[in-house]
Amino acid sequence: MLGVGILKGLAETARNFLGSYVSKDRLTTFQFPEERAPRIEASRNFPFLVYDGADWHEGMRCVSCLICEKECPPKCIFIEKSTDKKPDATGKPQFYPTTFSIDVSVCMSCQICVEVCPFNAIKMDVDFEQSTSDRFGDLLWNKERLAKSNEYYREIHPTEAAAVDAELAEARAKAAGAKVAAVPPPAQPASGGAAER
Amino acid sequence: MTPETIDQIFVLSKGWLLGYVLAALQPIGSAILSVVPVLVVFPLLFAITTVLERKGLGRIQNRYGPNRVGPYGIWQPIADGIKSLTKEDIVPRTADQVVHFLAPLLLVLAAFLAYAVLPIGKNMVITNLNAGLLFFFAVGSMVELAVFMAGWSSRSKYSLLGAMRAVAQMISYEVPLVLASIVVIMASGSLSTVDIVNMQATYTGIWPHWFLFTPWGFAGFILFMIAATAESNRAPFDLPEGESEIIAGYYIEYSGFKFALFFLGEYLGMFATSGLAITLFLGGWAAPFSFLTWIPSYLWFFLKLLTLIAAFIWARGTFPRLRMDQLMGLAWKFMLPMTLLNIFTAGVWHFMPTGISRWLVCTFLIVAPWMLLSRGLKQRKKLQVRTYRFAE
Repeated sequence: MLGVGILKGLAETARNFLGSYVSKDRLTTFQFPEERAPRIEASRNFPFLVYDGADWHEGMRCVSCLICEKECPPKCIFIEKSTDKKPDATGKPQFYPTTFSIDVSVCMSCQICVEVCPFNAIKMDVDFEQSTSDRFGDLLWNKERLAKSNEYYREIHPTEAAAVDAELAEARAKAAGAKVAAVPPPAQPASGGAAER
Repeated sequence: MTPETIDQIFVLSKGWLLGYVLAALQPIGSAILSVVPVLVVFPLLFAITTVLERKGLGRIQNRYGPNRVGPYGIWQPIADGIKSLTKEDIVPRTADQVVHFLAPLLLVLAAFLAYAVLPIGKNMVITNLNAGLLFFFAVGSMVELAVFMAGWSSRSKYSLLGAMRAVAQMISYEVPLVLASIVVIMASGSLSTVDIVNMQATYTGIWPHWFLFTPWGFAGFILFMIAATAESNRAPFDLPEGESEIIAGYYIEYSGFKFALFFLGEYLGMFATSGLAITLFLGGWAAPFSFLTWIPSYLWFFLKLLTLIAAFIWARGTFPRLRMDQLMGLAWKFMLPMTLLNIFTAGVWHFMPTGISRWLVCTFLIVAPWMLLSRGLKQRKKLQVRTYRFAE
């Protein structure tokens, strides 16, 4: 009969209306700045550069291979390669970026830079409260601002970081083994040159 | 002070203030003193309604609703007002500048004019026209003109679509709106809103003589409210706005304060039609029981008005938007026959002797066609489980 469904619908909304005053667990929203939803481990927004150890410049894993810069769909990464070398995460002498900038107003958080990085140097951050009133100075993030420690990475993405740590430990053990086999270190730079082209 | 003095306090203070006005200026002074309170009270009610509506809809959807500006978000309308006043007022380059400017003003003007014949309390009406109801429907149809002016002058396909929908909808629903209120004119024998309320403001024992408490009055009230919802373009009849399909319909090209004026006009229209529903069926300013007459009449009017507004919000939070053909089908296939039958029933009621027999006959005369109509309308529709070829 016409009207029965209408009355049922009205009863349902009335139940919701009154119920929201009686039981708190009906209210599904979080009152944001005061209370926060627990963060999902796989959440991401902008990339950051991982470094090992205490000094961000010395421990930076990035070897300035420029793959992320080339792969970035909106072209928000800008890298300048060094002329000298410093040891990378596995102790091999490698180039390092003298400039590494990400324009976060352009970045679309696609994670492609992370997927293509062969050195586990760039990862996705979870800090989303980045609003600023300085649109020219504060949205182009330099190397220093992007550098974050491996401890921080372990804290925000524990599962992923454990896998990366295991991979790196294996690579370090291999490099140490190779060093024992007395291969002189300067024989390596050919790989860095290939990536540059 | 006696209850009568409190009830008549606004009428008495108006008379007292008029005593200080020169005799030659008395008519205009009287008009100003009657009009200004309406111009103040109803926009204030609009401000309160916006926040109550948002909070009510929030609760219906298990949210809190606005709760940031002031305690429990009660200053939200002030923040909204400041926002809409300080926003840039953009007029499209290709728009018809004059008509584009006049449309929101005409809408608000038409909405305000309707209040001229609404008795909001005992002896509290701006003008007691002897064709008050006719005046109300006449100015009510000015809204259609304003809406079409807005849609046409904006020079946008969305606004024109919205205006087309609005005009089609409002003209269609004006027919059942007027026909539903004809039963009251038949019963009271008057077009004056004041006389209609005075007829209902009498009691048998403790029970009032509201037209709602008759079979034709109840059916008329329901039909009137459905038509009033469609007339004021509110959900589920908000096709002219249709935020999800034609963005905002006829006021898509309006911003800033003109947009706020459209909102004001819509809500004022809603209050006016609710006020008319109260006047026609719910006894106007009359108390629901004879022992409650000591409460001032204007308080009863606003209590009833707030109840009807709550019903509007409840309906908005419950029903999804109708499709255009469903909207027209409801108007012409269901509302129109039902209102015509309701007029016939009111006639039967008038000529039958008082007693239980006319109750039974009139109830049957309304319920039976209603059931037949709802069955008949359903049979022609093939209701089936929808199958999807590509999305499952």
